[in-house]
Amino acid sequence: MSWDLVANVAIAGILTGLVYGLMALGLSVIFGVVRVVNFAHGEMMTAAMYAAVVLFSAFGLDPFLATVPVAAAFFVLGYALQAGVINPFITRPEHSQFMLLVAVATILVNALLLGFGPDARNVQVDYQLESFAVGRLLIDKARVFAALLAVVASAGLFAFFRFTLAGKAIRACADNYLGALVVGLNVKHLYALTFGLGAACVAIAGCMMVLLVDVTPVLGPSYTLLAFVIVIVGGLGSMSGALLGGVLIGLSEAMAGLLIQPSAKSMFSFGLLILVLLFRPQGLLGRKSP
Amino acid sequence: MSRAAALLLVLLALLAAFPAFASSYLLSVVTLILFFAYAGQAWNVMMGFAGQLSLGHSLYVGVGAYAAAILFTRYGIGPWAGVWVSIGVCALLGAAIGFLAFRFGISGVYFALLTIAFAEFTRIGFDHLAITGGPGGLFLKVSQRDSWDLLNLRGPPEMFYYVILALAAGAFLLCRALLGSRAGYYWRAIRENEEAAQALGINTFRWKLLAVMLSAAMTSVAGVFNAFYYNNLFPEQIFHISRSIEIILGPVIGGVGTLFGPVIGAALLTSLADAITEALAALGWEVPGVKQVFYGFVLFAVVMFLPNGIWPAIARRLGVSR
Repeated sequence: MSWDLVANVAIAGILTGLVYGLMALGLSVIFGVVRVVNFAHGEMMTAAMYAAVVLFSAFGLDPFLATVPVAAAFFVLGYALQAGVINPFITRPEHSQFMLLVAVATILVNALLLGFGPDARNVQVDYQLESFAVGRLLIDKARVFAALLAVVASAGLFAFFRFTLAGKAIRACADNYLGALVVGLNVKHLYALTFGLGAACVAIAGCMMVLLVDVTPVLGPSYTLLAFVIVIVGGLGSMSGALLGGVLIGLSEAMAGLLIQPSAKSMFSFGLLILVLLFRPQGLLGRKSP
Repeated sequence: MSRAAALLLVLLALLAAFPAFASSYLLSVVTLILFFAYAGQAWNVMMGFAGQLSLGHSLYVGVGAYAAAILFTRYGIGPWAGVWVSIGVCALLGAAIGFLAFRFGISGVYFALLTIAFAEFTRIGFDHLAITGGPGGLFLKVSQRDSWDLLNLRGPPEMFYYVILALAAGAFLLCRALLGSRAGYYWRAIRENEEAAQALGINTFRWKLLAVMLSAAMTSVAGVFNAFYYNNLFPEQIFHISRSIEIILGPVIGGVGTLFGPVIGAALLTSLADAITEALAALGWEVPGVKQVFYGFVLFAVVMFLPNGIWPAIARRLGVSR
């Protein structure tokens, strides 16, 4: 096995990992603020991938341009889901929230199955077959662009939470629910806003992911699990942790696929998850929970 | 005799007489209901009684099933001996997971995700083990279907029906006894407020561990039944997270922490799924996915509008205790 090959695979893994990271960022933001684990996260991801496929096949819209309408639509849907359905559940026990989101996930997966059938779909654009040659390395163009957009979108989200009033208000809700209520913040609205933003992250990640893999409805649950692994490894509720976790998992998946067996790659991820949960349950970059 | 006990006896008598007048299709449906009633009861010990949310119970179903099936197919050891191996292995597994999680202070969502991680880890691991047959599956020999061979659990569907009926009834009685025992009171104290329970001198670590072990051991028996009833095992199916969800659905819909909840929930959900299938077939609308979409909406409606499950609402009407 040559070092070129290893380096190529590692770089591809890191780039894919950044897209994973953006997906997981959505989950992490939602959990960090609303304290509800979105068990329908991967299903939302596949829905976004299908949205990109449909826009491409119907209007020839490039997945990069599709991110704008898909993210907008997902923001609205996410807002509505939180405001209409999940808000009443925030004080209910975890298993009740879990069941609710399992129901949402079931509906989503099977609606996709109904609409598109079980066969794999994809998009085909010119730059998918092109690559940048850096020395002796060949790096897929599509992967580079996807990773770049993932980084830009994450940076945008960071900036939103850091600099805007709404972002600061959301962080206040996350820090102290009661305090936020006392100072007169509209917590329900801010929760819905957060869920909408999380959904928009997933939407962008989904549009990018169709450039890298084919989509089938059954991908949903495995993306949900993948997102869990990433955010736990990075730190549930930590934004930079989600990106770091994404890169780590992307890299480890790629290396496990190359060095061990492609089918065993997620065993490695789950092993990592178990170790992190046991020895550093707050995740690599997470704060210790109170 | 209390009303609840009278109700239960009538139900049991009806179920015992059921195969005499039921079609083989109905028999298979009720067998499935009893299977989920049993597995749900087992899950309920951990979540409903002790408040520890497991989303990875497929782990114990799968390991229990594989342990007994491997002993049977490779070493000719019958299920009545094998089931004890399954129970032992799963109790140890539960103890290991519980020990690690509780020692390191993992609870709530993190504990639930840990249980998923162990189940998924094992699923992929079993796909790569030679002794389990890997992704190609493990098959039990399907021999004579007409005579009862209770010793090897080979026989007609009626036999499996009575086996799972006995298991479900046994689990019900066991849970009833548990609720009235010291363990039951300690568990509920831990569920309601762990710190307060600890302050009262309850060794919460030990009692939580016991709940996990017992739940795991009970679930493993469901796995053994699963292996001998269906005669085939695939890691992809038996360890899948959707299997864990199926187990949880019954008690959550029926009422977490109640004795009748898992039974009612399993009966309702299984017959609902079948009714939807039938209705769609009658309409000639058999597209893959339609059934699950309906199912999802019903699930959605129940968790939305009956947060405590169905049984507490019924119990109030009937005037029986929960």
